Formats: sequence, C-alpha cells, structure tokens
Amino acid sequence: MSGVEWSLLDPKGPIAADEKTLILTAFALMLVVVVPVIFMTFAFAWKYRAGNKAATYAPEWDASAKIEAIIWLVPAVIVVVLSVLVWRSSYALSPYRPIVSTAKPVQVEVVAMGWKWLFIYPDLGIATVNRLEIPTGVPVSFRLTSDSVMGSFFIPRLGGQIYAMAGMQTRLHLVADQPGTYAGLNTQFDGDGFPGMRFDTVATSTQGFDAWVRQVKQSSMALDEGAFKKLEVPSKNNSPEYFSAVEPHLFDHVMHKYMSDMFTETR
Amino acid sequence: MTAQVIGQDDHDPVSNAAFGFWLYIMTDCVLFASIFATFAVLHHNYAGGPTGKDLFNLPEVFAETVFLLISSVAYGFTMLALYRNERGQVLRWLIITALFGLGFIGIEITEFRHLIMAGNGPDRSGFLSAFFTLVGTHGAHVSVGLIWMAVMMFQVMNRGLTIPVKSRLMRLGIFWHFLDVIWICVFTVVYLMGAL
Amino acid sequence: MATEALFGKLTFSAIPFDSPIIMGAVGVSLLLGALVVGLITYHGKWPYLWREWFTSVDHKKIGVMYIVLAWVMLLRGFADAIMMRAQQAMALGATQGYLPPYHYDQIFSAHGTIMIIFVAMPFFIGLMNIIVPLQIGARDVAFPFVNSVSLWLSVFSAMLVMLSLGLGNFSHAGWSGYPPLSETQYSPGPGVDYWIWSLQLGGLGTLMTGINFFVTIIKMRAPGMTLMRMPVFTWTILVTMVLIMLSFPVLTVTLALLTLDRYLGMHFFTNGMGGNLMMFPNLFWIWGHPEVYIVILPAFGIYSEVIATFSRKRLFGYRSMVYASIAIAVLSFGVWLHHFFTMGAGADVNAFFGIATMVIAVPTGVKIFNWLFTMYRGRIEFTTPTLWTLGFIVTFCIGGMTGVLLAVPPADFVLHNTEFLVAHFHNMLIPGALFAYFAGYAYWFPKAFGFRLDETWGKRAFWAWLVGFYLAFMPLYALGFMGMPRRLVYYDDPGWQLYLEVAAFGTLVILLGIIFQITQLIVSIRRRKELRDLTGDPWNGRTLEWSVSSPPPFFNFANIPVVEALDAFTDMKERGVASTHPAEVHSIHMPKNTPAGVAMGGLAFVFGFAMIWHVWWMALAGIFGVLATLIVRAANEHVDYDVPASEVERTLLSLRGQR
Repeated sequence: MSGVEWSLLDPKGPIAADEKTLILTAFALMLVVVVPVIFMTFAFAWKYRAGNKAATYAPEWDASAKIEAIIWLVPAVIVVVLSVLVWRSSYALSPYRPIVSTAKPVQVEVVAMGWKWLFIYPDLGIATVNRLEIPTGVPVSFRLTSDSVMGSFFIPRLGGQIYAMAGMQTRLHLVADQPGTYAGLNTQFDGDGFPGMRFDTVATSTQGFDAWVRQVKQSSMALDEGAFKKLEVPSKNNSPEYFSAVEPHLFDHVMHKYMSDMFTETR
Repeated sequence: MTAQVIGQDDHDPVSNAAFGFWLYIMTDCVLFASIFATFAVLHHNYAGGPTGKDLFNLPEVFAETVFLLISSVAYGFTMLALYRNERGQVLRWLIITALFGLGFIGIEITEFRHLIMAGNGPDRSGFLSAFFTLVGTHGAHVSVGLIWMAVMMFQVMNRGLTIPVKSRLMRLGIFWHFLDVIWICVFTVVYLMGAL
Repeated sequence: MATEALFGKLTFSAIPFDSPIIMGAVGVSLLLGALVVGLITYHGKWPYLWREWFTSVDHKKIGVMYIVLAWVMLLRGFADAIMMRAQQAMALGATQGYLPPYHYDQIFSAHGTIMIIFVAMPFFIGLMNIIVPLQIGARDVAFPFVNSVSLWLSVFSAMLVMLSLGLGNFSHAGWSGYPPLSETQYSPGPGVDYWIWSLQLGGLGTLMTGINFFVTIIKMRAPGMTLMRMPVFTWTILVTMVLIMLSFPVLTVTLALLTLDRYLGMHFFTNGMGGNLMMFPNLFWIWGHPEVYIVILPAFGIYSEVIATFSRKRLFGYRSMVYASIAIAVLSFGVWLHHFFTMGAGADVNAFFGIATMVIAVPTGVKIFNWLFTMYRGRIEFTTPTLWTLGFIVTFCIGGMTGVLLAVPPADFVLHNTEFLVAHFHNMLIPGALFAYFAGYAYWFPKAFGFRLDETWGKRAFWAWLVGFYLAFMPLYALGFMGMPRRLVYYDDPGWQLYLEVAAFGTLVILLGIIFQITQLIVSIRRRKELRDLTGDPWNGRTLEWSVSSPPPFFNFANIPVVEALDAFTDMKERGVASTHPAEVHSIHMPKNTPAGVAMGGLAFVFGFAMIWHVWWMALAGIFGVLATLIVRAANEHVDYDVPASEVERTLLSLRGQR
C-alpha cells in the first residue's frame, strides 16, 4: 500500500514524539494484564470444556481469598503506575505549557471560521487562510478562538489538538524539528463543509520562513473589515489566501464579540 | 382474604407508591440541582443588560414567599384533618392551600409580565435565560401541583377519603412541601444573593 | 397567516421528493410497515394484539414488546451503518461518494441516537422486564401501569425518529448535538428538534422505568431473598436503576435548555449574549457517561448468569461482583470530563479526570477475572450464549485497553475525535453490551416463549458478528493512528481507502450475522415443537426464573417461593423442593390491562410532533390529552382484580397441558 502515513507514529516534533512514547508505554503496561487474560480465556475454555471429563470439576468452589486479593491488586497496581504517568504527562504535555527554547516563539492567532482556518501572525502583521507556515526548531505559540461553532485544531505530526471556541481563548504550543509539509485539520464536526476544513503546515528553515513572510507582504490583499466580513460567510473547500496586512487586535475583537458578560453590547 | 393470602401477597401498593414517590422527588432534586448549577454559571452573564439588582423587587418576592409558606402550612392542616378523617375539613384546607398557591403563581406571572414588557425577557441575556428558567420551572411545578390539587378536591368530594385518595393526598403533601424547600433555595440564591 | 396557525412550519416541501436515496428508504420502510399491518389485518389479529399486548401491563409482555422495538430499530440503525461504511469506502478524492454531506451528517447523527437510545436501552430494559420480577420471586413490578406508559413513550419516540426520515430531516449535529452547531443559527430546520423531542420523550419513559424497577427490586423480593442473595443480573439492574434516576434528569434539563434556546431565543449555549457553550458538553456527559454504564452494567449481569449456568458452577466471587458493580456506578459520575480533555482545562483537572477514569478499570478488570475463575474447574458447555460471552471477554479486553489509553490526557490529545475513538466506543458497546443482549436473548428466549432458539443458526450468527466486528473496527483503530477524523463524508488521502474498504466489508459480514439471526428466529418458530421446553428449566438454571413453567403463568408464581440461599433454584433442586406444581393454591391479586398507557404514549407523540413543527394548538391538545388520560385513569379505582384459586389452578394445568 503506497502513501499510508502513520501520522501519530511518525512524529515531526518533540511534543508529538512524547505523545507517541506515552501511548506506547501505556499500551505496553496494559499488555501485562491483557495478554494473560486473553490467554487464560482460551486456556480455561479449552481445558474445562464439558467434554473433558479428565479436568477437575468443582461446582461449589466460588471463592478464594488469595485469588480475590490478586485480581483486585494487579489491576490496581497497574492503574497506580499509569496514574503517575497521567499526572506527570498531563503537566509536561499540557497545551498551555510554553516550550522551553532559546529561540523566541512565533506567535500565531488561530480563528476557526465557517469551514476554514484563519491564521494571524500578530508580530509580523500578516495573515493567511488555510495555510500555516512555521520555522523549524522555533516554538510556535498559538492562541485560538472561533468566529463560528466549535472547532478542534490538530496537526497530528506536531502534537495534540485543542478546541477553538467563540468568546474564549485556548492555547497550544507546538514545535517542528524537521522541515516538511504536515497535514492540519479540524477534527470537531462543524457542518457541511467539515471535510474541507484542512490546511497544510509547512515547516521550513528560519531563512525560508523569512522569505515566505516577505512574499506574503507582497500580497495585494489586506485583512481589513471588509475582507473579514467576506471571510465570515461560510464557504467550503477554501484554497489558501494570503494577506499582507491585518487590522490590529483582530483576534481580540473576534473573541470579545462573543464575550458578552464583560463587553456591553446592544441588540 | 385469609391471613395467609395477605401474607403471600407481594403487593403493598400504598407503601410502594410512597417509596416510588420519594424516589421521584429525588430525581426532581437532581433536575433542580442541574438548573441551579446552570444559573450559577450564568448569573453574571448580563450581556450588557440589567442585573438582578436592577430588576428584583424584594418586597414582592417576599410576599410571594409568604404566600407559598402559608399554603404549605395550610396543607399541614389538610393532613391533620385527613388523619381525623374529617372530609369537610380536608376539603376546606385544600381550598385554602390552593388559593395561596394561586396567589403565589399570580404574583410570579405579574413579575414575569413586567420584566418581559420592559424588554427584559428571557432572550435578553444568559443571566435572564437562567433566571426565567429556574424560577419558571419551579412555577411550572407549583402549577402542576395546583391541577393535582383540583383533581384531589374533586375526588374527595365524589369518593370520600378512600385508601387511594388518602395515599394520593399524602404524596401531594410531600410534593407541596418539597416545592417549598426548593423555593427557599430559589429565594436565597436568585433573589437575596442577586439583589443584595 | 391562517395556514401557519394550522400547520406551523409543516408544508409539502418537508417531504424530500427530490432525494431518491431518502425516498427509497422511506419507500422500503413504508413497504415493510404496510406488509406487517397487512398481515395482521389479513389474519384478523388486531383485536388480539390490542387486548393481549398493547393494553397489557404484564411485565413479560411489555418486555417482549421492548425487545421487538430494539430489533426493529437495530435494523434501522444498522442500515445507517452500512450506508456510512459504503460512503467512506468510496468517497476518495473527486468522487466524494454517493451521499451529499447534509444527508451523511444526518445518518451518523441518527445512527448514534438510535443505537444508544432505541436499541441498547429497549433491549436491556426488555430483558430486565421479562426476567427481574421472575428472578426475585415477584408476581409483577411495583407500578405495572407506569411500566406500560414507559414502553409506549419509548415506542412512540422511536416513531418520531422514523418519521424524520420522510418528513423534514433529522439532526445533522451528531448524536451528542453540541451547540452552537445545534442552535437555530446553524441548524434552523426541524432536524435538531426531532432529535431533541425523541430523546426527551424516550428519556422520560426511561426515568419512570428507573423508579419502577428500583422500587420493585427493593420492595418486592420473595421472602428470604436478602440483598446478598439476589442474582447478579438483578444486582446490576438495581445499580443501573440508581444510575438512571441520578443521570436522566440531567439529560432532561440539558435538552430543555437547548429547547429554550431554540424556541424562545434564550441564551444558554449560544455564541454571545451571555451564553456559555461549554456548559453543554459538561451537562451532556454528566448524563452521557453514566449512560454508558447504564447499558453496560446489565450486560455484565447477563454475562455473569450465562457463565455460571453453562460452566455448571457457582459464580466465582459473588461479593466482588456486587461491590465492583457499585464501584463502577459511583465512579461513573466522576469521569465525564474525559470526553473533552481537549477543551483546555488545566493539567490538574485533566489529570484528575484521567486518573478517575482509569480507576474504573480496576473493578471492571475484577469482573473479567471473576468470569475467568467461574470457568476454572467448571464443565463448560459451548452454547450460543457461552460463545457470545467468550467473544466478549477477549474483545472487551482490547476495548478496555484502548479506553485506558484515551484516559491519558496527552494521548487523548492526539486520539480524540479520530477514528480511533470511534473504534474504541464501538469496541465497548458491541461486544460489551450488544453481545450480552444477544446472549440474554438466546438464554431467556425459552423462558418467554416456551421453546429454545435453534443453536446452529445462533452459532453461525455469533461467528459472523465476531469476525465482522474485527474486520469493521480494527481498521478504524489503524485509521486513528493515521490521523483520520471521525464523521468525515469524503477525504483525499488515498492511504485510508483500503482500510475503509475492509471496514465496509466487515459491515457486510455483520449483515450476514443479522441475516442468520433472522433465519434463526424463523427456523426456531418452525421447529418449535422439537425445541419445546417442557421442564421450564432448559439449561439447568440456578435462579428463580427457571423454577416456573416456560412461558410462566401470567401471575408468575402460584405461591411465592421462599428463598434460603444464593442461587435459590439450584438450592431448591438440591433440597428436593423444586416443583412447579404447588400442593395448594389461593386467589391472587393482579392488575387489569389498560389502554391508558398506549393512549398516553400516542398523545405524547402528537405533542412531540406538534412541537417539532411548531403547530401550537396541536401541542396543547397533545399535552392536555396526556393530562386528561392520567386524570381519568386516576379516577378509576378498579385497576386490579382477584384471580380466583380455581382459575390459578386452571392456568397452571393448561401450561402443564402444553408439555
């Protein structure tokens, strides 16, 4: 079979790599119980089949303190070990936790919209739709919100997903350590245009990234109010778009639009 | 029926019904708890609209509370009359209970009407949605209780204090007092904490 | 406008004449329905059905009707599954399959709703209706009339879902219906309303069932049957009823709040205006996670009965089983957040819920070991129910493992919302719950109908289901690792297609299993004379349901049994006091049949239908109709009657005469 990409088993960044290791570790730990259980099921079923009169038959035997102790303890011990793993990894791989690096992180603001992703680079003053460009080896710090229904932002090769919700901000930190093009997508079903809510994540060298930024700056389109209004109209299977300029604080405006407990708004 | 047959019979309808009704009350507690939780989440989501302080008329709500409490006491007298098997007294106290219950509902409807007329209906903000839903759910329960009470008055008049009628009156009592307890929570959480 | 007052939003354009696939499905459904109605009319069976079944308050008949509902809806839900699998198998690249997104989205929403609410729930509620009163030595349930109302609410809410096929549309927002997608702004049509009202009405029926059976088990056990002498199935049902009572009101509230948003423009879950969409997933899963255990715990009970009976041995670790069930129930309320680790809660919150979720694996693991040690030193007979149980143990281990994996928050970050998740919960629900219901169906069929099911076809069905399951769902685990999201109508990654084709093929193998099951039923009915159960105890059973004839007399027990041990019937057989032929009988008090249950269900349907289409006068008529029926019913004090001793004797003799 050509072209099968085992995205989760072929990580391209440290976060995704840790998540892969975690899955494999937890999996191995559980096999300690599961393999014997499956083996015992077959073995007992075969040995104590009705036809095998040679096997011991003890119809009244229904309790054994020793066995009971073992069957409560063994799963319990494994769960305790796994719990330690859960506790540590939840902190270590929290999407809110900034990635330690000497490089200054790239800030990206993500807005889930009617079947497309808007990416704003606030420090660079540019924006794109359905195309994420990042430098390798440099942490990317995402802030996410939604201008529509709930979305879930996911780049499998780089690490875990996080929801994007209107009126709220969620955070995500990822880093790519190899150049390449990685699929990004929405995993949270959000209506008819759901399958087209995908984008390419292109990780290049810092120089390549800078060149790309310069190229976007050449774009004739700017993300002003009119352009944003156009983006707000739901549309399917959008091709990438590039904006050489962005209205300042656009992300906060989108978010605050729905944060009505703090922001006064009239009907 | 011989004693033996009674001993064998697995049905004790009155006690089953009472137990079942307590369980229903418990599920209703879960229902109200969920709505209270929702209110707790949304109670500051004014969306630029009015707050509890702007809207609540505490004297009015206090009157409402008194009506419901008196109604509950009156139901207590209904039960006392029931134990004495005094059909006329049962009927009289049921009417008094229902009148105060109706008064409560009347005040609530007036309050809702004023709010909606002033543009502060349940569609104004998350806070008001939660307010109307919580208070309204309680009010809907009281209304169902009143319908039930009307049916019971009819049954007491027509049939007298038969075992099923007594058993129903007892359950209606549980329901009525339960709604009182819920109202105390509503009064405290929604009105007092909202207006003070 | 007058027409709007009269018909609400209902117009002829609500019928999707332009969609050949939907009209085909409607046609097939109507044809099958017409066939059934025609046959009943031809044989003149309507009066019989009305008198003996629809108006019945007999728990055994109500149970049978629940199971019929489950089977019918299983066929519908499975048809949805085949359509989805076919779509995904072909929807690569520009072809985009044969289903437009809007239709596909309704299919997966309907599939989930139907399989959980209208297949799993009625199936176990049906088995429990037939068996629990018999197992505890009772003549009836605590509230027979309420039981009838519950049944008809379930039946009519299932009919609402079926109606959405040809009139309007069903929700496209998934079975969990997350807002804001399910709000009017993004889903203006009647689809979400169909979902809301069918769930709401069905849920009310379930809640009443929860109270009914809790009271029945607590108050109506035969003398001597202490809690710790109750059969494990009854225990799991008792625990399940507690879960129902504590969780279903939350569903009622959740749906009601969404209803208020949609109908009165309120702002509970809306974007902006003070709404908070995060409340919905919280509320939904506070109900939804216990709901998973509501369908699984009874399944555990069935496996326990089956494995002990066919290992010809006492159940190993009865006490452990009971405590494990209770532990699972308690813990099930503390894990709901694991359905949305990716919502951005803090690491501490995620870790807490992750660990709480894993802790459930301990009592569940204990149960599995207990079943294994029940087999140990037994004399295992490989009957159809045994096969379902063994297939379950092995497959469930895999599902449990993937479940624990999903409970690790950072692992969930990459697996959430992918096909891996889809594979996981099908792995829990098909071998976990459905296999148990099939085992219970084969195990208790002779009790309900007086003859056994054909074993050969039963075993064929098992193998087809088992193999089909692995083929259909193992590829989905793999697809999860490829990063394929769930609910995808088309895709352009060619690497996925082979796996989706295998999964589609697996679904066809499962279809074969279902065809075998239908064949099994037909063959068994034809061979019913050979398969007749003359003893009332075809499997050498251990619990009281086997102490009465098959089928049992309508009053179950002429004399209420006296229980002296766990496995009460085995104990009676050992002491030589087991007999379906009492020396002396007395008159018995039994409830009368009533049309009020079916009437209330029907009127609730009218109400739901009218609410969906905004026909306010009809909604009022429906709700007042329900109320009026209830009041009329309450006015009737002659709801039960005495069966004279002579009739008891006659009934017992006639049942013996069949032997």
